[in-house]
Amino acid sequence: MLEPKSFAGGLHPPEMKLTSEKAIQTLPLPDRVVLHVSQHIGAPAKPTHKITDKINCGDVVAEAGGYVSAPVHATISGAVIGLGNFMHPFGGPSPAVVIERDQAAVEPSYSYENGLELSVEEIKKRIQDSGMVGLGGATFPTHVKLSPPETKTIDTVILNGVECEPALTSDHRLMLEETDKIINGLQLIMKVLNAKAGIIGIEMNKPDAIAVFEEKLKSHSNLTAQPLTVKYPQGGEKQLIYACLGREIPSGKLPMDVGVVVQNVATAAAIADAVNLRRPLLERVVTLAGNCVVNPGNYRVRIGTTVADFIQMTGGLKKDIPVKKVIMGGPMMGFALFDLNIPIIKGTSGILCWDSEEAANPNTTACLRCGSCIRACPMGLLPQKMKQLIDHRKWDKVDEIGMLDCIECGCCAYSCPSALPLIQSFKLGKKNVMAERKKATAKKGPQ
Amino acid sequence: MNTTTAALNPAPPRLLVTSSPHIYSGLTATRVMWDVNVSLVPALAMAIYNFGARAAIVILASVLGAVVAEFLIQKFLMKKPVCISDGSAIVTGILLAFCVPAALPTWIAFVGGFIAIALGKQVYGGLGQNIFNPAHVARAFLLGSWPVYMTTWLKPAALMTPDAMTCATPLGVIKTAARDVELMKQLSESGTSLVSHVFNQLHIGFSDLFWGINFSGSLGETSKAALLLGGIFLLIRGHITWHGPIAMCATVFAGALLFGGSLEFAMFHLLTGGLIIGAVFMITDMVTSPMTSTGQLIFGFGCGALTLLIRMKGGYPEGVCYSILIMNSLVPLIDKFTVPRKFGQTKEIAA
Repeated sequence: MLEPKSFAGGLHPPEMKLTSEKAIQTLPLPDRVVLHVSQHIGAPAKPTHKITDKINCGDVVAEAGGYVSAPVHATISGAVIGLGNFMHPFGGPSPAVVIERDQAAVEPSYSYENGLELSVEEIKKRIQDSGMVGLGGATFPTHVKLSPPETKTIDTVILNGVECEPALTSDHRLMLEETDKIINGLQLIMKVLNAKAGIIGIEMNKPDAIAVFEEKLKSHSNLTAQPLTVKYPQGGEKQLIYACLGREIPSGKLPMDVGVVVQNVATAAAIADAVNLRRPLLERVVTLAGNCVVNPGNYRVRIGTTVADFIQMTGGLKKDIPVKKVIMGGPMMGFALFDLNIPIIKGTSGILCWDSEEAANPNTTACLRCGSCIRACPMGLLPQKMKQLIDHRKWDKVDEIGMLDCIECGCCAYSCPSALPLIQSFKLGKKNVMAERKKATAKKGPQ
Repeated sequence: MNTTTAALNPAPPRLLVTSSPHIYSGLTATRVMWDVNVSLVPALAMAIYNFGARAAIVILASVLGAVVAEFLIQKFLMKKPVCISDGSAIVTGILLAFCVPAALPTWIAFVGGFIAIALGKQVYGGLGQNIFNPAHVARAFLLGSWPVYMTTWLKPAALMTPDAMTCATPLGVIKTAARDVELMKQLSESGTSLVSHVFNQLHIGFSDLFWGINFSGSLGETSKAALLLGGIFLLIRGHITWHGPIAMCATVFAGALLFGGSLEFAMFHLLTGGLIIGAVFMITDMVTSPMTSTGQLIFGFGCGALTLLIRMKGGYPEGVCYSILIMNSLVPLIDKFTVPRKFGQTKEIAA
């Protein structure tokens, strides 16, 4: 095993990974799916069907709304029964297509072709057509990441197998169960980008995954499995690149500016299917955990399945322990859901159903200026100062102090002895700073 | 719009929605404060060993004054929930008592505790808002108001005789001696160092200074061993960092070595007066110290330098209290100039 590497700042929250031994189970098809047109960063997709239209699994239900966008596919065969605003995991209503399953329909079949023999353009097109986005949670359209401007040379592709969020184990299981597919996906990405080296970064708390990759990568001289220190947010793109290569992405720049493209391991596995089988992105692996669920585990589920259906299909909730909080994603960065009729989207890596004890949050008290937040911040920011400036709505100063460098990892709020709502404040801060910047450029425009 | 087919059984009740993160370290301000209280126990035990019931009475009076002030102000003036149980007023009360002589009249100790919270903390808006160290604000107030009481040092219980109840502190003796031109001449003729003279006068040595026995001083400052024990506890619990304390002690030690010319003199300054209690418990106060480690190094250096300046050139035998108060006022400035480097704050692209 290589020497483990890491980054500065961050912390080590309890790992809570109780489902890492649970093999991935494929759930039956849901009777109904809610497919949001905004499941990615960028322009929303445009619905292509009307209510009552019949549709087959794998057909496009909403086409990409621009270059930085991704199409959305029907994840079951049936009829369109709803078209309109439905609740979105990130809060608020958002346009979606609802499909009811035709019980008689047969699942489409796919034939295999070796994707590595295809042209770069064809590989890219198949990825773009599959509706692929970053499955780690960022949901950035993959084809955009794979099309850097010609002036940028990408020498290394890093696969993110860190899974530093507590409680989540879906990537861990995927690395153990679909190792070959992930390696194949990495090779396809490298071919598209003409990259020389590929690295799979894995935290040291998954020694079995590191071992299996080391074994399989023996025959590939340009691919390495890189063990990483167990520290949150090791899986943050900037932290991961720094740990693996010692390269620091300058403020406001992208990984490609330092010659790197990062993809999640789950995305790599899905890319292999999208290219070799021409299979669109229909399903993903979701970790179900928390004290309130009957069968915690890792489940392969169709995108668009509502959280309520998903939980019910796995065995439901415990009758004697009431749910207090349901989180989509991990405990550090996930979104608390207000309603369980919200669907699983492309970026959903986990569903956590917590009882009142797990969901307990301490009372907010006054800031002690203890500096915990500063020591914890992996971006070298001053969370305490930032919060103060946001409270006073001094947006220019908030911008100056580095608001947009914040990756919302939650280390500051996690470590705060006064339980200040730092991330909540920073989300507000970012929004306002971006609005102010827009205003400033709009003013400058006509001159 | 309800789109579910399979109703969840049992149906979830109203869900709690908060911003991320959804887990916390479990560290709370209250736990920090009670840990500080625990860390003060060894020094408290030594105070009682040295000065008997008198020490206990002064500490109790000071803590009571602090808690009463906290209660009255929060309840009737600020009309906020009373937070005595967070333990911060008790910390302040004990720390103030540790910085006063055992002979201090009980009522003055009570007034001191009251002042510490009222003028040292609540007047700024309460916990986390104060600029100056509350215990030292009160000590400065008491020293200005009752200078005689504040400099009358009770002999440790073990040395107490009916005809000699009080004595001088090591720093007091060295200050008086250094001002006595005749004495200084005699000492240099006989080849006795200033420190040996103090030790001879008080019949003590370095080990007494370290363990905190056989000499007098403020209640909690005498035993360096007990204070360091508390400091190590806080370090292990992660509530303080080494930067401030080491910077302050190293500055005093190095300065004394440089200007005093002997290791003995440097050791003497390191182990006397309130340096260790100041370095371990006062300048590590989160609220009134800089937030970054670089800032804490500068802060500690400033406190050490001013302490030595007051001890060697000033009118008072001891300078820890005033040096810390002066440096407290510079904290915002230090914070401003010790902003850490942001990740990615580079002009050129690394590759």
